[in-house]
Amino acid sequence: MEETVDFAHWSRRTGAGVAEIDLAIDGIDCAACLDEIEGALRPLKGIERARLNLTSRRLTVAWREAETNPAKFIDELARIGYGAFPFETERAEAAEAAQTKWLLKCLAVAAFSAMNIMLLSVSVWSGEATYMDAPTRDFFHWMSALIALPAAAYAGQPFFRNAMAGLRARSLNMDVPISLGIMLALGMSVYETAHHAEHAYFDSAIMLLLFLLSGRVFDQLMRRKTRAAAANLTALKGERAHRYAPDGSLVVVPVGALRTGDRVLVRPGERIPADARLISGRSEVDESVITGETSRRPVEDGAGLYAGSINFDGALTLEVTAAGQSSLLDEVGRLVEKASEARGAYRRLADRAAKIYAPMVHATAFATLVGWLLYGSTLHDAIITAIAVLIITCPCALALAVPAVQVVASGSLFRAGVYLNSAEALERLAEADWVVFDKSGTLTLPTPGVANAASLPAGLLDTAARLAMASRHPLAAAVARAGMARMPFANAEEVPGAGVKAYVDGVELRLGSAAFCEWSGEAPSLTPGASVLYFRRGEDVCRLEIRQALRSDAVESIAALKAMGLGVSILSGDLPSAVAPVAATLGIDDWKGGMKPADKIAALEALKARGLRVLMVGDGLNDAPALAAAHGSLSPISAVDLAQAQSDAVFLGEKLQPVVEAIRTSRKARVLMRENLGLAIIYNAIAVPLAVMGFVTPLIAAAAMSGSSILVTLNALRGRAVPVDAPSGNNDARPTPASRLAMAGKVCP
Amino acid sequence: MNILVVLVPVALFLGLAGLAAFMWSLRAGQFDDAEGAGQRIISDDDVRR
Repeated sequence: MEETVDFAHWSRRTGAGVAEIDLAIDGIDCAACLDEIEGALRPLKGIERARLNLTSRRLTVAWREAETNPAKFIDELARIGYGAFPFETERAEAAEAAQTKWLLKCLAVAAFSAMNIMLLSVSVWSGEATYMDAPTRDFFHWMSALIALPAAAYAGQPFFRNAMAGLRARSLNMDVPISLGIMLALGMSVYETAHHAEHAYFDSAIMLLLFLLSGRVFDQLMRRKTRAAAANLTALKGERAHRYAPDGSLVVVPVGALRTGDRVLVRPGERIPADARLISGRSEVDESVITGETSRRPVEDGAGLYAGSINFDGALTLEVTAAGQSSLLDEVGRLVEKASEARGAYRRLADRAAKIYAPMVHATAFATLVGWLLYGSTLHDAIITAIAVLIITCPCALALAVPAVQVVASGSLFRAGVYLNSAEALERLAEADWVVFDKSGTLTLPTPGVANAASLPAGLLDTAARLAMASRHPLAAAVARAGMARMPFANAEEVPGAGVKAYVDGVELRLGSAAFCEWSGEAPSLTPGASVLYFRRGEDVCRLEIRQALRSDAVESIAALKAMGLGVSILSGDLPSAVAPVAATLGIDDWKGGMKPADKIAALEALKARGLRVLMVGDGLNDAPALAAAHGSLSPISAVDLAQAQSDAVFLGEKLQPVVEAIRTSRKARVLMRENLGLAIIYNAIAVPLAVMGFVTPLIAAAAMSGSSILVTLNALRGRAVPVDAPSGNNDARPTPASRLAMAGKVCP
Repeated sequence: MNILVVLVPVALFLGLAGLAAFMWSLRAGQFDDAEGAGQRIISDDDVRR
């Protein structure tokens, strides 16, 4: 069907008559794609610039508006085999990019000054052996100060700001002792230099900054990569709506461009783009993503419809009532808000460590000061020793212990198809000891399939699938997906309200209702949510039972979770009679059906009261409050936006294995984090007594700090090793374009 | 050792020039696509086919 797409929402003016658009590109699997894509676009008429970013897999195209339009070059890309999807940079992502640049600048300044100060410091250290004269040493110290002070003022900002924010919130985070240590080290060094002293600690302070900043930069880069990949998937989902223009014509617009009061057309098999009121048309809608219920709801004029539900039968004209933000049932919105408040109180492992650590360090430094004074040393010497204690305990290893592991673990999860939303997600996933699954869309695939495929005669399903491709009906689409063949029958004809038929080799094929296929048998008894289609080939008629099938590895994954010592239960919004067979297949004894969002939260509270930490896995709007209330949460990529927003991580693909992988990796990460914290404590146990006794020179401080940081980082890298029995994530993680489209709820091309 | 008073600032200045070059390349977006930049070197788009 000929469709006009309105690209105005995505494109921006960059000059007179020139506009620019960002496209997320699907199908890039090698570096040669770069040449192919840019090479295909450049010769086209009206193209100013085309530049592909291979890291983020996005293409920026600038074109002269008078000569071409995006539809033309998107078609050209499709012709050479790449899907291009208009893409809108989210504000959060833009902020993240700016933050990365800033951190990189800080890192560059810190690295520059660390190199130069080290140059001077090594000269001073070796000068101790070769009798460097005092004026030269002072000169070197003053040069160091000249480099270190501005550099620390600039590159230390990320830490100073966090420390201030922490103090303002009346809590001690790891950045408070870091900032304090840096400032005291620099202050004391300047004082000592002014008094022609032998030792200055400029190098220690700057090296500390350098190590910590590199940890942060890696963390940030990893997070940015994850976010960019997730944003591309959102663009690939490409939720569009058919909006009526004022002149009555239909224009395709992105869902984000819909405004309250717009009129939209929703055809059979399409998703309802926004909360809306039905103006004309009559249909059944599948609201499983909203309520978890797989039975369809008939709707008529004036009915309210929720974004995300799927229109089944008739073409509907709707008036948008709530556009923009993912719209919700009032009850769900209220519950989500309440539940996420409770979780905001979670304290990260690193901050918990800092809370114990910081007062201890400061107390030790103070005790050193008092101790040396009582012992009879001068005030000056006592203060110098106390500050040396602060510098040597400055939690270099401690502050790297957790982030280093996080970077490594989120990297291996990324490759396994699990995208973490937040940094503390790893810790929360690791702590889970009970997993609660939603049924529809989580344990089962979000789109229906042919459930009795195995019992059908060979080849028959493929024929049925080729016939089904001629129809847009969701049930037909399910049949079409089930077959291997990719060619529809050329002469297939759709009979509205009945089915599809075609003549192939002189035999009539029919797919559709019982009456259409002249089924003479009795009506079968069905599990709720299942539908039946009939397929007739010549004289043979067979029955295709269509419902949401279990994910292919659901049984193994549940078994694996149980083997890991986790409890498993199902809380579903669907009817109990629909949940029972699923629970039986998976061997889950603890299941409940017919749960409202509030019931799910109550069930989670009950588990919590037993002292369990619950990991919730769900995809629907009705799961969102439970996802927010649970200790940790996961959603499949097909989940509604609100559910994804409440989740700690999102997993890709049609398998359940990433859930197992996420828990396994985060448990491993937790072990490594604890080991690292242990290493940091051992380091301190050795270094602090030396510092308290006054043996620490700048040389020893520098060696001890870099040694411990490297040790901790190397230990974190052990997290990269992939267990032999785990399947390589790549094959499962990257869904084919077809499956992505299927997940996004689009039915036929 | 008076020569150090000249040499050390000169060394420092050279280092600063390097830092400035990095800052410029960062601002110019040269680090936005590390993967792609590596591939562009071997692309032969300057040879018209």
